[in-house]
Amino acid sequence: MALNVTVVAADHAVWSGEASRVVAKTWDGDIGILTGHEPVMALVAGGEVRILTADGENIRARADGGFLSVENDRVTVVADQAELV
Amino acid sequence: MGAQQRVFKAKINSTQSLRKIFKAMELIAASRIQKAIDRVHAASPYASALTRAVAAVATQSNVAHTLTVEPEEIRRAAVLVIGPDRGFAGAYSANLIRKGEELITLLRQKGKDIALFTVGGKAETYYTFRDREIRQAWTGFSESPTAEHAAEIGEALLADFHRPHEEGGVDEIYLVDTRFVSSVSQDPQYRRLLPLAVVDADEAHADRGHGAGAGHPAHDEVFPLYEFEPSAEAVLDALLPKYIDSRILTALLNSAASEQAARQQAMHTAVENADDLIKTYTRMANTARQAEITQEISEIVGGADALAASGADD
Repeated sequence: MALNVTVVAADHAVWSGEASRVVAKTWDGDIGILTGHEPVMALVAGGEVRILTADGENIRARADGGFLSVENDRVTVVADQAELV
Repeated sequence: MGAQQRVFKAKINSTQSLRKIFKAMELIAASRIQKAIDRVHAASPYASALTRAVAAVATQSNVAHTLTVEPEEIRRAAVLVIGPDRGFAGAYSANLIRKGEELITLLRQKGKDIALFTVGGKAETYYTFRDREIRQAWTGFSESPTAEHAAEIGEALLADFHRPHEEGGVDEIYLVDTRFVSSVSQDPQYRRLLPLAVVDADEAHADRGHGAGAGHPAHDEVFPLYEFEPSAEAVLDALLPKYIDSRILTALLNSAASEQAARQQAMHTAVENADDLIKTYTRMANTARQAEITQEISEIVGGADALAASGADD
């Protein structure tokens, strides 16, 4: 089981693929998402979203002022401007 | 060469050079359609993610948000008309403006004031020529709108929406745009943008289904019980303006694709018409040439006859 992650910006899809862990900073602090996480919709408080892919690779995406939704192991990171760093 | 022939030759030449221009414009439009469609597709994951999220928040939390609550009395409506900057696109802008006028008449009949917003030079000049007041006009990006343009428009519209009526604020916002159905069919339409009917998830979905960008989520799906961070209100506050911007961007991109498609069709027709004209003029030039030859022959024959007759008399 892996997380199905999609990162989208306003005018294009940035990245999508399988991941084992997603860590993002929200208003209340860092939130870490593993498989089986409860459905969450959280505002991303600037900064990076860190994705550990299924292959063990680390991907960082900047997602300023966006939000993150989790359900059924599907993670969507949405931001006006998102890019991989 | 006779005078008549020369006139036809000149007409043929000028039609031929016009034809070249039309052909070039047709090819340019054709190459841009695909790019425009790609952009509609590229923006659709964002739009569907936002639609989903907004629908989920709105159906689950009973938050009354200013953007979703129907005002008691609607006194002034904002109408955003999204048109092209350039012409040469057949009836594209005429159809769009007619649709806009239909909406405006409808709103006036209900006793609402209209605040006009326009995108594109064609829409702007239509209203300025008729001395109709435009509250704000944007030009220069009808063919290649970006997320920044949509955000700028969204900000202006929302600012008016939040302003009280007495200071010129609006109570609802309508969009008039052209939905890109296919390269041969574009559909001018109007819809209400605000206040948001979030039950609209279906309609928004249908929008995407019909438009060039296809959405994935099924209509009747039940949203899971989300945990909101920091709170449902805060999430909705942050999402709604983005959702509006995304709707505007989708409309802009669809209009841009429609504009290119309409232009390609119009230029294609123009090339065909030029071909017809060239053919007609060529026929007429040939007739004129034949007539001239016939006349010369009969002159020669007549002259020879006259000479022979005068010789026989001697």
